[in-house]
Amino acid sequence: MSRHDGAPRTALPPGLDEPVFSEPWQAEAFALVVALHERGLFSWDEWATALSTEVKKPGVALDGSDYYDCWLRALETLLAEKGAAAPTDVDRLAAAWQRAAHATPHGKPILLENDPRNLKP
Amino acid sequence: MAHSHDDHHHDNELDPMAARVRALETILTQKGLIDPAAIDVIVETYETKVGPRNGARVVAKAWCDQAFADWLIKDATAAIASLGHTGRQGEHMQAVFNGGDTHNLVVCTLCSCYPWSVLGLPPVWYKSPPYRSKAVIDPRGVLEEFGVTLPPDTKIRVWDSTAELRYLVVPLRPAGTDGWSEERLAELVTRDSMIGTGLALAPEAA
Repeated sequence: MSRHDGAPRTALPPGLDEPVFSEPWQAEAFALVVALHERGLFSWDEWATALSTEVKKPGVALDGSDYYDCWLRALETLLAEKGAAAPTDVDRLAAAWQRAAHATPHGKPILLENDPRNLKP
Repeated sequence: MAHSHDDHHHDNELDPMAARVRALETILTQKGLIDPAAIDVIVETYETKVGPRNGARVVAKAWCDQAFADWLIKDATAAIASLGHTGRQGEHMQAVFNGGDTHNLVVCTLCSCYPWSVLGLPPVWYKSPPYRSKAVIDPRGVLEEFGVTLPPDTKIRVWDSTAELRYLVVPLRPAGTDGWSEERLAELVTRDSMIGTGLALAPEAA
């Protein structure tokens, strides 16, 4: 429980707390799971099992700071199992997105089309 | 690109995790499995609209309205839904009431199951391995880390959440709040008091 500096937590008014997500991708990964479950791609039980597998792996951060890393790995595993997104496709497209980001001038929206190799997904 | 600057060193970078999420979004959108606009709505909802104030309203109502409290004991899912808070995963809710001799503490040893509809998303410590293991083994020690010291004869019940069943702790109503409105009472109900790692605030502390 990393966040204790001796001050009682109850001093915080309800609703005021650390931001729910520390980076935008975490929010997106979270929302993907909610949306895919609502669409029926997997049951919540299947999801909880997949997430549990990741958060119980050796080497996870004791302070829970890599929780959304686990979340994303669990999602990728489940999507691979369901045949919804093959790991090789995810790797290929992730690299394309990184090249696209690098090629996009600062302040412009990052679009996959900006990938210099223009790799079609 | 029409406007390239020779001193352009401000390229965008996507870190590997962000790039992987984008890749998943691209694939899932192409397959028609997600709608990007719906993803934005979900993010906005959980960042701004769903939070422990929902649960605080439930608790304050239970403090003021015995019929509602009875309903909450019997069928928390329906009682909470009557206030407009429904779980998106079809999970059931159980309300556990602190009493004079019993304190309730909620954990998820499996992963991080949490009553999103009433508390929003879990705090970082709730998802951390030390909390998930220690809450079961040494709940009194955990409470002390949170600055909560209970009388030695108070029993601590630990509730382990699952994907299907999530718990909401109803803390004890603080003394000196007779005649308070539900809205005013809700201000005393902290997130931690509804997980069991805290108590409701005393009136003078609010």
